[in-house]
Amino acid sequence: MRTTNNRGRRLLAGLAVAALGLSVAACQPSEKQGAHVSINRDPFPSTYTPLPSKATLITNVTLLDGKGGEIDGASILLDGGKIKAFGKDVTAPDGADVIDGKGRWVTPGIIDVHSHLGVYPSPGVRSMSDGNEVGDPVTADVWAEHSVWPQDAGFIRAMAGGVTSLEILPGSANLFGGRSVVLKNVPGRTVQDMKFPGAPYGLKMACGENPKRVYGEGKNSPAHRPSTLMGDVAGYRQAWADAQAYQRKWDKYERDYAAGKDVLPPKRDLKLDTLAGVLRGDIRVQMHCYRADEMAVMMDVMKEFHYKIAAFHHATEAYKIADKLKENGVCAAMWADWWGFKMEAYDSIRENIPFVAKAGACAMIHSDDPYGIQRLNQEVAKTLADGNKVGLGITKAEAWEWLSLNPAKALGIDKETGTIEVGKDADVVLWSGDPFSVYTKADKTFVDGALVWDRHDKAHQPIVDFELGQPGEGDVK
Amino acid sequence: MSILKSLMGVSLAAVMATTAHAENIAITGGTAFTDGGKGKVENATVLIADGKVVSVTAGGDVPGGYRTVDAKGKWVTTGFMVSSTQLGLGEIELSGDLDDARADKAQHTIGLDPINGFNPDTTLIPITRIEGVTRAVVHLTGGKDMWMGQGMVIDLGDEADQINRDPAFIGLNVTAWGARSGGGSRPAMWDAIYSKLDAADPRGKKADKKDEKAKKDVDALALERLFAHKESLLVAANRKADILKVIGLKERYGFDVILIGGDEAWRVADKLAAAKVPVVLNPMENLPDSFDDLAATGTNAARLTKAGVTVAFVGPDTHNARNVVQAAGNAVAMGMSWADAVDALTVNPAKIFGIDKSYGTLTKGKDADVVVWDGDPLEVMSSPDALFIKGEQVALKSRQTELRDRYIKLVRSPEYRRPK
Repeated sequence: MRTTNNRGRRLLAGLAVAALGLSVAACQPSEKQGAHVSINRDPFPSTYTPLPSKATLITNVTLLDGKGGEIDGASILLDGGKIKAFGKDVTAPDGADVIDGKGRWVTPGIIDVHSHLGVYPSPGVRSMSDGNEVGDPVTADVWAEHSVWPQDAGFIRAMAGGVTSLEILPGSANLFGGRSVVLKNVPGRTVQDMKFPGAPYGLKMACGENPKRVYGEGKNSPAHRPSTLMGDVAGYRQAWADAQAYQRKWDKYERDYAAGKDVLPPKRDLKLDTLAGVLRGDIRVQMHCYRADEMAVMMDVMKEFHYKIAAFHHATEAYKIADKLKENGVCAAMWADWWGFKMEAYDSIRENIPFVAKAGACAMIHSDDPYGIQRLNQEVAKTLADGNKVGLGITKAEAWEWLSLNPAKALGIDKETGTIEVGKDADVVLWSGDPFSVYTKADKTFVDGALVWDRHDKAHQPIVDFELGQPGEGDVK
Repeated sequence: MSILKSLMGVSLAAVMATTAHAENIAITGGTAFTDGGKGKVENATVLIADGKVVSVTAGGDVPGGYRTVDAKGKWVTTGFMVSSTQLGLGEIELSGDLDDARADKAQHTIGLDPINGFNPDTTLIPITRIEGVTRAVVHLTGGKDMWMGQGMVIDLGDEADQINRDPAFIGLNVTAWGARSGGGSRPAMWDAIYSKLDAADPRGKKADKKDEKAKKDVDALALERLFAHKESLLVAANRKADILKVIGLKERYGFDVILIGGDEAWRVADKLAAAKVPVVLNPMENLPDSFDDLAATGTNAARLTKAGVTVAFVGPDTHNARNVVQAAGNAVAMGMSWADAVDALTVNPAKIFGIDKSYGTLTKGKDADVVVWDGDPLEVMSSPDALFIKGEQVALKSRQTELRDRYIKLVRSPEYRRPK
């Protein structure tokens, strides 16, 4: 966000001034104007810098490019934090580390679009439970990054599982749970040190049982809405209508200011800032939703208010409406086999992801769990096998899209990462063997070309502060 | 008339469902494992009659009167056992079906019997068994204090005789969670546990007179069975200090103790082995979830087995109890041998929970729980091609496969017909 000032004046913290060259050029001020006010859309900027890396050539591997291609006997060169070259004939520059990958596989790093690491960290004690701002069904004003504890050992375990980027979301107690944050999976002293540079924000929304249970159950007062699914939908629609009105006020302020009028900006509303960001297309909706019928309703709400749902998360019934997901260009992020812990998860099937993929919709795995995130490759292997057992005929190379490319698309970071392509971030994993086997482990995980995890070298097995001086410090995990 | 008719229909169906087919079956050509993960037999002929295993021989002939199931290129194992679930004690825990594993408001806490909450019609049973799991430990989870009630062992086959052992054990939770509900702290909880067990300890006391016995409540009767070695004590603990106290219970009272959870059990593996306390665990636990399990590691199962501790596995939860097989595969990835991991799904839990006379191996006279797998059973891409429980072939069908078959082709509006 630009933070310059058309009158060269500094403003109060929290507000920023944007250059409106257009308005200055177009209008003759007719009255004495106050400073122009605009909202700083990046008040917690990323301080991420790639960790030190060395040019590294990995040879002789089975390579999945993450967009359906497989190359046997491949090499890949990581240099300057980027994928420099890959294929059959790649040579190492002078001084590069060369790793013989015989018998091993290389894939793009795994991207998890649904994690609560840091906001519901280990240890899961009450004082660290920072994922749901319960109290109001609309908490679009809270930002998950303000709850992320970088010392969650779960981040390190996820590295050992080949996860290179992840989205941290607020929980699903609320209709609007708050903003998500996308991280590069590297050790960091602060959350800003981990923030994926340039990744758009997400907004967590939740369908169904959770909001109505949190607010409705046992509380028969008009203050306790929603208590039904129709109450859920009324809540979304009113909030979007409020956001439209808010955006119109800001638009009017900009018009009036440009016309030279001395006008006060609208009072900032942190909730509506986020919702207006969605309506402008800057913030991507990540929506917890299980049932097919509810997803269909939400796609209509999306059209009514002209915004975009990037992905339905959980989506245990996505297979029932895979055609409609495709039509509307909405992704589905799913588990392989979680089911039955709630009514809305009752109709889950093990073939959900391959069915959605086969219908041509954008399908992906997600974890929502500090254990699941450690073996998303196995989760994909399970669901792939189940899909193929009923005749879908999907290859492992195609299935890897569910682990990296499609998650990158849902998060809006697919230009930077998610596939093995020359020039992209060197977020890659060297696996000890076929990553669709339960016995395979990530030998090395690279983020921006830097070795963040090495299964055979303690020097590259980070230990978070919390684990220091405790039993099990530095043990094989 | 119509009521009578439907009643008759129900009873006829019930009779049909409870009649074991006692079919003679020969599973031929596969690679069989007759003793948990050991006893490998190539090109095996597995003969099943009257619900029992008759023999497993390499290249053996199929006698007349046997239906042959071709297992060429496939793997044949004993059906697996998951060592802690709440199967049949609730369909949907959250705002759904009643959770019959709980006992927050119960009068008694030790002697509660899971059979009184067990629903054999649960959809979880077919969903679990078609992934190769044919036996399960089912227990209450309690909630009023550290005592969890009792547990039993079931098979996932015909409901007429699916309760293998009930009660099989008393459950006790001595983690921080148990201490919180059972007195507010560990000292308070252990004081209550020792008081209860000291009072029930029959050693050095005169035998009860008949009328005194009649007066005993279900808690006292359960503890009596515990001291008589008719059931065990299944104790949940994760912290090393708590695990040492669990070993101490066995030393102090002499009854049979099973440790469940055991995230830090590897730290006292030698002591557990010496005291012959087996451990039921989830090999995927490797995070410091709380101050009880700071040293949790995926190598737990491998380290315990190496030290001579008998280990059995659980899945992540009851709905996905089937993932106990994936959990075993992960134990192998963390250093356990394949054979030991399969033992932890078969012969080990059979012994720990006292059903090893009838289940656990593919040897003559054992119940024929047999799974024919399309590959290495511990591999995440493998699944059963045929399934037998107590000699009866069970269809690889569940509510989930019916949904799958209904929606494999998307149409404008599905025909809500019964699947073929």
